[in-house]
Amino acid sequence: MAKDWPLWEVFVRSKGGMSHRHVGSVHAPDAEIALRHARDTYTRRMEGVSLWVVPSASIIASDPSDDAQMFDPAADKVYRHPTFYDIPDGITHI
Amino acid sequence: MPSLPPIRPEDEAAARTLPQGTGAFDAIAELEPGILFNTLLRLGDDSLILGQRLSEWTGHAPSVEVDLSLANMALDLVGQATLFLDAAGEVEGQGRDGDKLAFHRDVLDLTNCLLVEQPNGDFAQTMARQFLFSTWQKLLFERLIGSADGLISAVAEKAVKEVTYHQELSAEWVIRLGDGTEESHRRMASGIDWMWRFVPELFEMDEVTDAAVARGLFTDLTALRPDYDRIVGAVLTEATLKVPTDQRPILGGRRGHHSEHLGHLLCTMQFLPRTYPDAVW
Repeated sequence: MAKDWPLWEVFVRSKGGMSHRHVGSVHAPDAEIALRHARDTYTRRMEGVSLWVVPSASIIASDPSDDAQMFDPAADKVYRHPTFYDIPDGITHI
Repeated sequence: MPSLPPIRPEDEAAARTLPQGTGAFDAIAELEPGILFNTLLRLGDDSLILGQRLSEWTGHAPSVEVDLSLANMALDLVGQATLFLDAAGEVEGQGRDGDKLAFHRDVLDLTNCLLVEQPNGDFAQTMARQFLFSTWQKLLFERLIGSADGLISAVAEKAVKEVTYHQELSAEWVIRLGDGTEESHRRMASGIDWMWRFVPELFEMDEVTDAAVARGLFTDLTALRPDYDRIVGAVLTEATLKVPTDQRPILGGRRGHHSEHLGHLLCTMQFLPRTYPDAVW
């Protein structure tokens, strides 16, 4: 049966104020049951206070074969990290 | 079709005129000090037997997600049974705890309703049973929060959240299978059909429930029926299923008259602690 069901990605908010994080996926015939399967599969031990399910087919993923052009150019741009900059003495609230 | 002892109302009436305290089904006659004990026992036995039934699915459900859903419900129910039966043992004061009551009573001493002992059948039949039971249990626990007994009230308050989820999940499946394919509709219709004759027992009042209601421990079950019929009717309609015509109700579970299915269930459930009495968790 499960092989006929679409796949849903599951996101759990662990507590109020935190963002939803991807935890895995479930098979389910529709969104409502997907939420319940997500609840029964991923929040049995108080892992969360809120759930999202998203049809896996709706996720647009980057192509692993494009890794080089997508991610390598960032490798030598250390100045994009805030820690690259020295903060002068006397600057507060930063 | 389940084969059940043919108990007609006239048989029941005749049995009630017999001198009390004789025969296998006389436990209720001695109940006066045991109203609370028997009330706890019935609540515990319902959850225990359905929890055991659901756990039979573990490893066999249609998908791993459904497997987890069923096991979660089973664990909720076994948890309720533990609380109710431990409390029953304490009230009884004979040194029996929840485990002793669960594993060392035989069919005649079990007080669960007949619905929960019915076989799993296919997934549709299991969900039909769950829906018909959880809808009732939710209505019951909502009212038992107001019980004069602190433990019944506390367990009901905790368990009503679990049971609300069971009710919703099973209703979703009744709707999906009923309003699904031709085959799923047929299976759900026959699942509801199998279970329907055991519904009236859920609302049966007898000397135990009457006495428990009089003491504020329990609630009038007949008062749950209108809400129950409304909820079940709405779900079955959405599921494109017909509310079955009422058949002759089958009663007796509360007094130890069970279907043959319960003995087989107990064999599996009780084998280990009976064979190895020293075994511990």
